Amino acid sequence: MLLWQTSQTINFAQGEFVMLPAFFVLAAMKFGGLSFPLALLVGLVVALLVLGLLFKRMVVDPILRHGVLPLVISTLGLAILMKEGVKEFYAAEAQSFPGMWPATNFSFGGAVISAQSLVIIAVAIAAVALLQYFLGGTRTGRQMQATAQNPMLARVLGIPVERMILYTFLVNAALVALASFLVSPIYLAKFTNGELLGLAAFVAAIVGGFNQVRGAIVGGVLLGVIDNFVAAYWSSQYRAAIPLFLLIAVILWRPQGLLGRAEERTV
Amino acid sequence: MKRNWIVGAAAGAIVLGAAQVQAQQSVFMPIVIEVSGNGAVSGTNFRDGALMAIDEINAKGGILKRKINAPVSDTQSNPGVSRAQVQKAIDGDPYVILGPVFSGSVKVNMVLAQQAEIPQMTGAEAAEITQMGNDYIFRTSFGQQMSMPKMAIFVANSLKAKTVAFLWVNNDYGKGGRDVFFKEMAARNIKIVADVSTESGQVDFAADIVKLKAANADVIFIYTNEEECARVLREARKQGVKTPIIGETNVISQKVIELAGDTANGVKGHVGLTADAPIPAVLEFRDKFQKRFKYLPDHNGIKGYTAVYAVKQATERLGKFDRKALAKSLHGMTITPAQEPGILIETTWDAKGDIDRISFLVEVVDGKQKVVEIVPKLGK
Repeated sequence: MLLWQTSQTINFAQGEFVMLPAFFVLAAMKFGGLSFPLALLVGLVVALLVLGLLFKRMVVDPILRHGVLPLVISTLGLAILMKEGVKEFYAAEAQSFPGMWPATNFSFGGAVISAQSLVIIAVAIAAVALLQYFLGGTRTGRQMQATAQNPMLARVLGIPVERMILYTFLVNAALVALASFLVSPIYLAKFTNGELLGLAAFVAAIVGGFNQVRGAIVGGVLLGVIDNFVAAYWSSQYRAAIPLFLLIAVILWRPQGLLGRAEERTV
Repeated sequence: MKRNWIVGAAAGAIVLGAAQVQAQQSVFMPIVIEVSGNGAVSGTNFRDGALMAIDEINAKGGILKRKINAPVSDTQSNPGVSRAQVQKAIDGDPYVILGPVFSGSVKVNMVLAQQAEIPQMTGAEAAEITQMGNDYIFRTSFGQQMSMPKMAIFVANSLKAKTVAFLWVNNDYGKGGRDVFFKEMAARNIKIVADVSTESGQVDFAADIVKLKAANADVIFIYTNEEECARVLREARKQGVKTPIIGETNVISQKVIELAGDTANGVKGHVGLTADAPIPAVLEFRDKFQKRFKYLPDHNGIKGYTAVYAVKQATERLGKFDRKALAKSLHGMTITPAQEPGILIETTWDAKGDIDRISFLVEVVDGKQKVVEIVPKLGK
């Protein structure tokens, strides 16, 4: 969503972007002999370089000038390359990924919640708050927003548009790395993880509103809650279908998403 | 010009002749297996076990002085791809086909091997595979009609459970096991209080664990593939499940223990094969396997290893390479470790290609399988 707003980049490899940093960490531990915290740091830096800088310079910049569609197709190809690369050079099997928090549980009035879940919720809220502050409360963030809204005018105003777009890619890379580190201890690290995560992220963003950060968050929470309620209290067989029904309904009756803004574009 | 033509023809004949001699000197036993996809854990174990046996046999001169040639092809855990790979293998005129492990794949490709009259050593466990009148399919581990009764005895007699919450994977393996187990439970008047179907490759089990917890059963039975088993155990720990968790083979396998970490501790169950069996030959196999492949084998590793040695022993008894005779002789054959050390445990194949041998009740203790009881062969 960030990438779309700043550079009209639709990244169909976003799910694989979440899958890959976990393998950077595992590779750093396995081949570099690093401790887990150090490997996390290495994973983050490599993610920034590969999924931020290199992705922009080697894929987006040369292809975007030919239009959005070639870029969409390129990111689809990139997703396959990343999946097959991990399968070929690391492993086809799921890999255990260490948790960042001990596996302890707390009981609140009969309901059990794990420390791991609390940490994930806390980190997610902190990341969103930090991102919102960065975008709205700092000079660089406001320049990024200006770039997103009207790059030509931003350039006229002296904003280094190219650098702002690069920052967006780096922020995106940092966020996917964070998501990867949080989700892999539960889902295990596997080359196919991106398929599910990418689809869920797209559905959430479209349902919530593709042009609003808070829309994507609301979409994500809504889909997660519906998915789990359907599976727990109705039918686990139809759990995957319900979010897609919701997606169809939103596209039909509110194409800008639940919290999104209607946008007009010259075509 | 004419001379060049003659020289070319002679060279071609030599190359063809050499290829033929090479073909005669080796025996073609392709491994069609799950190297990627949801079955990769099972498939790579089976493959590595088979390759280890093949290298050992080849190092000692092969079978009847012919070395084994065993290329590996990946089914991608996809029944359609597995069928194409088996057809490709058949085109190479194999002596035996090794694999696959996934029951859904075997069900669609075993017909091809049957039509070509090629024995197929499979790691699949779905009950119906050996009940379809195929004389060329042979198991390398228990089918569900053998393992589930043992599991039912464990639930009724050892655990003394009156209610069971059952989580299963919605594929041929899971459905087959569920059906046999439910029949066994009904026969023992044990109630199934939750019947939770899950998908192959599923990653989020939060809602499924909620259902299992809400059922308030005496035991929770997990019956899915390895990676999913590990995710279920991790989620169960996250939700503070206190009910004893049991399973048949997969949930207590080495790979699941490795993936699930300490959340696997305390899980109990029945396993047809385990690399931690208190049998010197099995332990020796485990150490050799780990040294070579840098990971601990699970039951699928033993399946692949013993499958190759079963073919070797049966062929040596025949004294010739004859596919039809091999299939015929394997029905009703018993191979003991004294006759063929590579078989590891005394094994008997019945008239349908099902296997009978001792099995084990195990518990995961401190991240390791601990065998608590040896269950005798059903035929004894």
